[in-house]
Amino acid sequence: MTASPANPTKVRGETILSVDNLVKHFPITQGVLFQRQIGAVKAVDGVSFELRRGETLGVVGESGCGKSTLARLLMRLETPTSGRATLEGKDLFKASGGELRRLRRNMQMVMQDPYTSLNPRMTVGDIIGEPFEIHPDAAPKGSKQKRVQELLDLVGLNPEHINRYPHQFSGGQRQRIGIARALALKPEVIVCDEPVSALDVSIQAQVINLLKQLQGELGLSYIFIAHDLSVVRHIADRVAVMYLGRIVEIGTEDEIYERATHPYTQALLSAVPVPDPEARDQRNMIRLVGDVPSPADPPSGCHFRTRCWKAQDICAVEDPKTVPRAADPHPSACHFAELRPTTPA
Amino acid sequence: MTVQPTPASATPEGGHLLELRDLHVEFRTNEGVARVINGVSYHLDAGETLAVLGESGSGKSVTAQAIMGILDTPPAFVRSGQILYKGEDLLTRPEEQRRQVRGKEIAMIFQDALSALNPVFPVGWQIGETLRQRAGMSRADARRRAIELMDLVKIPGAAKRIGDYPHQFSGGMRQRVMIAMALALDPKVLIADEPTTALDVTVQAQIMDLLADLRRELNMAMILITHDLGVVAGVADRIAVMYAGRIVEHADVRSIYKAPAHPYTKGLLESIPRLDVRGQELSTIKGLPPNLMRIPSGCPFHPRCPYVQQVCVDEFPHDLVLGDGRTSACHFAQEVRDDSVAR
Repeated sequence: MTASPANPTKVRGETILSVDNLVKHFPITQGVLFQRQIGAVKAVDGVSFELRRGETLGVVGESGCGKSTLARLLMRLETPTSGRATLEGKDLFKASGGELRRLRRNMQMVMQDPYTSLNPRMTVGDIIGEPFEIHPDAAPKGSKQKRVQELLDLVGLNPEHINRYPHQFSGGQRQRIGIARALALKPEVIVCDEPVSALDVSIQAQVINLLKQLQGELGLSYIFIAHDLSVVRHIADRVAVMYLGRIVEIGTEDEIYERATHPYTQALLSAVPVPDPEARDQRNMIRLVGDVPSPADPPSGCHFRTRCWKAQDICAVEDPKTVPRAADPHPSACHFAELRPTTPA
Repeated sequence: MTVQPTPASATPEGGHLLELRDLHVEFRTNEGVARVINGVSYHLDAGETLAVLGESGSGKSVTAQAIMGILDTPPAFVRSGQILYKGEDLLTRPEEQRRQVRGKEIAMIFQDALSALNPVFPVGWQIGETLRQRAGMSRADARRRAIELMDLVKIPGAAKRIGDYPHQFSGGMRQRVMIAMALALDPKVLIADEPTTALDVTVQAQIMDLLADLRRELNMAMILITHDLGVVAGVADRIAVMYAGRIVEHADVRSIYKAPAHPYTKGLLESIPRLDVRGQELSTIKGLPPNLMRIPSGCPFHPRCPYVQQVCVDEFPHDLVLGDGRTSACHFAQEVRDDSVAR
């Protein structure tokens, strides 16, 4: 995986964010005064990927797979244990002071819960305008209010509601406020951490459509983290599947949803309930047994082997690399990667 | 005890195991009266699964709480209606008799197993509590039965895990413990309120399979409350779609997915991203669900409805029976269904 050179001309499709072997271990300590480290929760355990300009990279996985820690690392809300990430060629984790501020301006985040991520005592205008106080050069003096109203309009809210408080809005509208706040500094990359999972179905579609429309208008790149595979298929150009801190399979939307070669991806896809009783009868279900192991003590070799029906001796010994496999030329971390037969068993 | 522990098949002649008739529930708050349930009627027979589908605030959980008799009163009050269990109206029974029905005849599992279980008692003790209190079992018998129940819900190593506390179980296993508790007194009706919403997809699939197996083995009737159109498609026999405290459409599962006859159901089905269909623009239902203190005139769905006409603003739509035993509370039910077929 190569880091892209800093390129002043903004070409759609070139790499904007490059993540290389990112690791985050949270220490587990024992003792009161003299704390000894007795282990580590391997939340993110060697993740590499690239995000291209104007694309959406979906990150899917079950709870505890490290997808939210990955988001927090990229936002520098956590310090990585090791690894590198570059945004437009600049190292995210080495930057400090003014340079870090400039980098952060270029990458913003939309949070999961629209009820807790907005300060209830601030007006919408203050919430969306707060980024301008940290980055005064983003909105020339006196233009702040106008800019906030433009943002409200952009996300489909009434610009006259600038003096209202978050509790006066519904869940879907609050998520729009969160999106407006993320857009305030005209970032190029937005990390969306489960942006629609707290919303009702009919509202979810409105927010997904808004995100897609904004991407088209502003040329944004998204990292879209979600546990709902149907939503991710809808919005993502490429998809990374995570399991216990690692990316087990990554590819285009078509490669993951139609030609998955990793058993975990296949099981995950087969577990998604399809809202069509007739299509269901024809599906060939895989039922995984057991639960996800603890990230504090992941299985040796392939992390998935304890729940995998294909597991052999080699899986316990040798860690499969996320590399292109013979079955299909997209990276998959399985010794026995193969396409699933499409005929029902 | 008036409700005899008779087998589920012994429902009165022509009657249903459980039947709701025109139930109205309101919440009296300082800000005003919220009309949460506005005339819900449905029925359930032994061995069948009815799915109650709706978004937050549609009244699906409140209906279930009314059946169980666990509404928070105040603020919730049952204004009118009947809840008939084996032909007898539960709402007119004194609390002591309702308690006899709860758990033994109708049991419920909740969405969030972690907060529904007591964190300071072992799970075996919690499952056994019902057996000791209600079935009069000794400690040893209750413990033995608790292990059997944990086996029944496929908790591995049940005998070893009986002394474990809720926090030592994963989300899926906790939900199994909840199911074991609900099954302890061998109920005839199981109400599952969003049983898998807090779980991951692979675990969700396991729990839904378990519920379907148990229902078959024990010949229980099940009310599955959910907002997830996908989950419903796999397990339900019939579906009741709720909006603003009313059932707007009621039909068997296949017809409803093939040709929804209410604009709200149609809108919901069209607005969910599908795993088996690649994404274009999702169609949406415009606007927001109504404030239950100010439900719109006429049809409550009219401000959001693409089929809206003047009649929808003026007249409340009554349930329209469509040919095949389905109902839809829409003035234009026939047109909506024909549109859905044509699509």
